[in-house]
This record gives sequence, C-alpha cells and structure tokens, in this order.
Amino acid sequence: MRFGYDREPVLEDVSLGVSAGEFVALVGPNGSGKSTLLRILLGSLKPERGSVRIFGADPDHLDERWRLGYVPQRPTIASEVPATVQEIVTSGRLSRRGWWRPLRREDREAVDHAIRSVGLEPLTARPVNTLSGGQQQRAFIARAFASEPDLLVLDEPVAGVDAESQRRFSDSLTHLIDEHAAGVLLVSHELSAVAGIVDRVIVLKRRVLFDGTPSELMREGVSLGIHRDDLPLWLEGLG
Amino acid sequence: MTAATISFPFQADFMQRALVAGLAVGVFAPMIGIFLVQKRLSLIGDGIGHVAFAGVGAGLLLSVSPIWVALAFAVVGALGVDWLRARRRVAGDVALALFFYSGIALGVVFASLAGGLNANILTYLFGQPLTVTRSEIVVTLRLGAVIAITMWVLRRSLFAVVTDEEWSRAAGLPVNGLNSLLAVLTAVAVVAAMRIVGILLVAAMMVLPVASGQLLARSFRGTLIASVCVGVGSVVAGLTASWFWDLAPSGAIVLAAACVFAVVSLVKRTAPRSLRQEEHA
Repeated sequence: MRFGYDREPVLEDVSLGVSAGEFVALVGPNGSGKSTLLRILLGSLKPERGSVRIFGADPDHLDERWRLGYVPQRPTIASEVPATVQEIVTSGRLSRRGWWRPLRREDREAVDHAIRSVGLEPLTARPVNTLSGGQQQRAFIARAFASEPDLLVLDEPVAGVDAESQRRFSDSLTHLIDEHAAGVLLVSHELSAVAGIVDRVIVLKRRVLFDGTPSELMREGVSLGIHRDDLPLWLEGLG
Repeated sequence: MTAATISFPFQADFMQRALVAGLAVGVFAPMIGIFLVQKRLSLIGDGIGHVAFAGVGAGLLLSVSPIWVALAFAVVGALGVDWLRARRRVAGDVALALFFYSGIALGVVFASLAGGLNANILTYLFGQPLTVTRSEIVVTLRLGAVIAITMWVLRRSLFAVVTDEEWSRAAGLPVNGLNSLLAVLTAVAVVAAMRIVGILLVAAMMVLPVASGQLLARSFRGTLIASVCVGVGSVVAGLTASWFWDLAPSGAIVLAAACVFAVVSLVKRTAPRSLRQEEHA
C-alpha cells in the first residue's frame, strides 16, 4: 500500500496483517506514518495504491462495523453536559445493536461486562469528566469493548496514564484476546505496560523497518519492558 | 376579568390554552436543547428563528398560513447552517451570522411588502400564548410530539454523536445524517414554539432549562429529566406571574427560567464545601 500528501510519500510498500487472537504493536518515530495508517484503516483516508481489507471488506463498506473497535488518542469528548461512565460505555453498543434500535438485556449485560473488564464498576455512575486521565481512558477502552469487537485498534492509549491504569489496561487486553479471540493493533511509543503480552512488533518509518516477535527485537538490542526507555530512544534514533 | 375576581390563574379558557401550548414547549424545547448545548451550538435556535421570521413575512405576503411557510424556511436554513458548519466553508459563528441577518432582513422586507410591521407579526417575534387558538395548539402539540418521540428513540445515537463525533464516525454511526436530523428538529421546535415564546426568545427555552439541569444532575439522562422539569416549571411560573402582575407572558416564562438558573447557580456556589466534595467522591 502507498499513500502521500502532495506527492510526498508518507507510506510506501507497507504490507501488514493482524490475525484473530494476535496482539500486534505498531511503533515508529514521530512523522513515521502511524496516524495516517490508522486513518486509512478506519476508512477516513484512501490509499493511493494497494488496498486495505478488514474482515474481507473495504473499510468504507464494512457492514458489521461493530467488529472493528477503536480507542482514539486522547478522546476529546464534549463535557458541557455531564455524562456518566455507564452512558459513555453504552454508546459503544450502538454499532452492534443498530443505532436506531432500543437496547436489550444482553446489550446491558455486555456494557456491564465491559465496565467490569476495565475495573471501573465502582465508578459506573460517576461523570467521566470528574475521573483521572487513566480512569477516563479505561472508560473509552470499555466503550470499544462493549461492541465485543473482533479487532481492536488503539491509538496511544496509555500516554500519560498512571501505573494502576496501565496494569488494568494490560489485564483487560489479555481478557479480550483470551476470552474473545480478538486481534489487537496497538499504536504506541511506550510498550512497557504490554511487554509481556505482545505477540508481534512492527516498526514503521514510511516503510516497515521491522516485523517480528519481541524476542527477535531483543536480539537487535531493544527491549520493550526491562529498560522502558530503550524503545523510545531507539525510535528517536530512527527519526 | 382581573386577578382580583379569579384567584386561580388557569380557570380562564385562554389561560388553559396558553398552559397546554406552553407545557408542550416546556417539554420539547429542552429535549432538543440538551444536544445543542453539548454540541456548543446554544445559539443555533436563535439563528434559525431569524430565518423562520423570513418565512412568517413570506406567509403574510402570500396570504398563506405563516407557520407552514416559516417551517419550510427554517428547515432549509437549518440544513444550510449544518452544511456550512460540517464542511467548514465558513467559521461556525460566521455561518450563523449569515443566516441570522439575512433571515431577519428578508422578514422585514416581506412584512413591509405585506402591509407593514403590524401587531400580527409582533406576536410571532415576541410570542403571545394568551391569544393562541385551538388549531394552533393542535399544530404545536403535533410538532412537539414528533420532536419528543424522535429525540427519545434516537437519544443514545444523538448522545454519541454530539459527545464524540470522531469516535462515532469510526463506529459507523451515520454522523452526517444524525446532525442534519438534529438541525431539522431544531427548526421544527423553533416554529412549534414561536407563537408561545416568540422567535426572539425561543432559543432561551432550549438553553436556559438545560443550563439549570446540568447543574442539578450528574448524568446526561438526569440532566435531560431535570431540564424538562425546569422547562415545565418555568412555563407554569411565568404564566402565573403574567396573570397576577400583568406581564408579557412570553417574557415572564423566559425570565422564570433565567431565575431558576440564577437560584440553582447560587445554591451550588454557596453549598457547604463538604457537600460539593461528597458529590465528586
């Protein structure tokens, strides 16, 4: 696949896939094309050459949209009117049930399950804008979980998040992969929170520079978890 | 008939008609308003009201029912504002101003061609619930029912779109369609309420009850219920005040809503610190 802005290539010869139950981490220095790749994956940009298939369909024409869960980078939700964790997570169920249809008991159970899986059940009735950054991020992850997706795409989900929330985040992804056999594509600079559960690491800088397991990356002298600064420093060197 | 001879304000027929039409506005205006406030489009009702005024003028000029011509103008204007805002052809406030001033100017020109700015047109500008007819009440109730039922059925989808548009697009919700629907329903609400509170004050009934509701509640659903209660209470209080003190009823209704907001803000501000901390615990 290839994509560029004003003839300047941002992505060239990029080819990658995520299988069911696989946890793939996509890393790269600033300006490496990670965000562009995500936008192409979500259907808001079209590749100049090549194609993208999600469950066999073009992202724009994916009928079962609920199968693709998305957690945006630092979601900016409007907070003029208070909205509780329960209300935010419930909206995650709309794509599964149909945006015009009333929710049923199994939808409410899925919402409760998603909230429990990120450890936010004591805060269900709290307005989201009164929570810490880490708790808010967990609420947005639960919103993505609520549709019980087959592929979860996360954009820098643990940036600036406290250690407790990072641990909860890692546990909830393990739960999603183990219980629902979902694939996970995580875009991040910082992988120490998920170092133990990542199956594959893809390093992107316009092209795919590395595609392998964390132990293969270790042979390059880069660890994900032991020295948490290794990866960002190495990526910076690439930039 | 004076306040001295009848102590209960809603015994007179015209007061009962005003109450029925006013209560409908008190329910459906905040139901729309909560989504406009969340989208930071609190003043869009005002802009659409000005476009509706052009429709009132055109209706009077053509000797056609002003309500239906106003509805057509308001719906087209609402979709135009939404189109400009969504495509960012011009800044949101400039888009509103464009429709705002063109609408009122067109309304003045049409009204002058129809015979001048008479008392009839002033009832649309400032509202006059005491002279509302049975057929106008039926129109208000029918339009209000369409708004209330649509908002209730689509409340979760509209909540998702106005709260996080980027995520809603990624989740496959029809964001453009729901935004357009909200704009059209806002236009319907403006027209349905214009005989009661007037084109110039209709936006106040969409926004002020929600401003109080968001201080009283801790959830979107709670804010919706509190806003409708404040809207209905403001109508009853405003009409009662207008009966006893001979005030303009539309102004009294909106002032009642503003007073509720002032009292709720004051109480929240002066509540003991321990109580406020408890709320956030």
